[in-house]
Amino acid sequence: MNAPLKSLLSFAGLGRKRQEPRSSRTVPADNARRNIALDIKNVSHHFDIAGSPLAVLDNVTISVKPGEFVALLGPSGCGKSTLLRLAAGLDTPSRGSLLEEGQPIDGPDPSRLLVFQDPTLFPWRTVWRNVATGLEARGLLDTESARVDNALKLVKLDKFADAYPHQLSGGMAQRVAIARALVNDPHLLLLDEPFGKLDSLTRMTLQAELTKLWQEVGFTAILVTHDVEEALLLANRVIVFSDRPARIVAEFEVDKPYPRHRDDTDLVHLRQTILGQLGIAND
Amino acid sequence: MTDIVQTLDEQADTSAATRLVWKHGLIAAVTWAAASIVTIALPDTIKWGSVGLFSGLTGAGAAILLVLAFTVHTLGKTGKTIEHYGPWLIAVGVWFALWEFTTAKTGWLPKPFFSPPHGLLNVYVVEFDRLIVCIGYSLRLWGLGFFSGVTVGFLLGIALGWSRSFNYWGMPILKLIGPVPASAWIPATFYFFPTTFDASIFLVALSCGIPVAILTASGVSSVNKAYYDVARTLGADERFQILKVAIPASLPHVFVGLFMGLYYSFAILVVAEMLGAKFGLGWYIQFQTAYSGYANVYATIVIMAVLCSGIVKLLFVARDRLLSWQEKGLI
Repeated sequence: MNAPLKSLLSFAGLGRKRQEPRSSRTVPADNARRNIALDIKNVSHHFDIAGSPLAVLDNVTISVKPGEFVALLGPSGCGKSTLLRLAAGLDTPSRGSLLEEGQPIDGPDPSRLLVFQDPTLFPWRTVWRNVATGLEARGLLDTESARVDNALKLVKLDKFADAYPHQLSGGMAQRVAIARALVNDPHLLLLDEPFGKLDSLTRMTLQAELTKLWQEVGFTAILVTHDVEEALLLANRVIVFSDRPARIVAEFEVDKPYPRHRDDTDLVHLRQTILGQLGIAND
Repeated sequence: MTDIVQTLDEQADTSAATRLVWKHGLIAAVTWAAASIVTIALPDTIKWGSVGLFSGLTGAGAAILLVLAFTVHTLGKTGKTIEHYGPWLIAVGVWFALWEFTTAKTGWLPKPFFSPPHGLLNVYVVEFDRLIVCIGYSLRLWGLGFFSGVTVGFLLGIALGWSRSFNYWGMPILKLIGPVPASAWIPATFYFFPTTFDASIFLVALSCGIPVAILTASGVSSVNKAYYDVARTLGADERFQILKVAIPASLPHVFVGLFMGLYYSFAILVVAEMLGAKFGLGWYIQFQTAYSGYANVYATIVIMAVLCSGIVKLLFVARDRLLSWQEKGLI
């Protein structure tokens, strides 16, 4: 990439993730860092429910390459979301380890951001201030407020900068949540059933938009979903989990160009196979 | 055919004319004029003073209402507001007239327990200087007590809601002491504080500080945990989480506490002033009761009503501004 283009992109708040050192770490690039964005090694996890342990993850090992889009597919409540919380650094695993670009994950960091099923926008902040939260928390807002405007443009909500969350539709709110994550230039975007609560038309629109953002911005994405079709439309790789405690039961590469079509015969075929893996019979 | 058109036109004309005359305004002018005439034309059974002034004021009110009855439609939004209160204005005129008639004019409602409206007006005229001083003293005591109590209560509430160990030790004490009426502390505080003024400030602060502390604590601890998760992943430290997440998220609760505290603080203010203050509206009521100055007592209660409801109104305005992000208000 030539220098002027690079500086233009970085001014737009884009294309900077490969160049910019992590907020808290200054480790030089080594092989591990270049080849593995997220390394989940033999992770098991349990919760204490009323004194007795409830196992949710059973010896999960996944390696995610930079720029990859991985879908974690499994039955509701199997423990996929727990895995995302561990990757976000919000919880620590009972056993095993998680590494981001070779560094152990020991807490939340703006380089790994989570988008929940519920947009969880701060209702007392306008759309603009919601998106600005991350920069504000790190003391960057005064110098880099243009990044907020760009992120809002990216999700096509720049006209709603001054609106409050209760004035937004579900799809708009989720787009704000995505912008609030992307404005921080995360290496890793962790999506926990982000379209689960939306109506089917909005969901289809946002799926297409997310694919475009991923292609344009170039972050690594991990998507938790129980929608097989969604996983196949968006991801390079689909990892299928068992019922709780979640184990990996199968893995599929989806080597199809974007934008994909739900009626694509290969995808339909793959969908049947995966549904079979999940124990749902097809006639 | 032409007849029908003509009658329709006439109807349109008359309805336009009635729309231009504000009927309630006309009636109100009549009732206010009646109050004025009753006041001036009938003799007082006992002298109260300020008869001419009250008659003049109600007469002037009647004149203004009469003018408004024909001009209110030209006043736009203000006019609409005035029209809205038409029935109230009628009722106030009737009320003044009946009040005059049953007290000063016939003595059916006897002195000293009842006082005519011009009796109250006379209090404001005669006691103006003293009442102003009393208002100043009461506002000073209330202001010092309320703002210090609310500040301490708010900070305490945040600590209780945020810190686990603070909550463990503090909450049981607060829950035990909280329901005790602040007035129960009067004997102890008057002993412990060097002056009654200090003791009174403390009592007012205690009365409003406790509900604010309890509601703030419950507000902070009931904040959706997902907000903290989002803030933490976005790089927020603890300070940011308290100032930019916990406090704004709990503000609706805090305002419930503030409204409760406001009413408690008014109650304890008057009691505290009755117990050894040198000036103040509570003291004035106490003092005048001893001399059977019931007109003065009623006049002071009217002042208190205006002051207290004014302060409540101010708090509503503050809440509506700070919580404009809410879909609907909680209160």
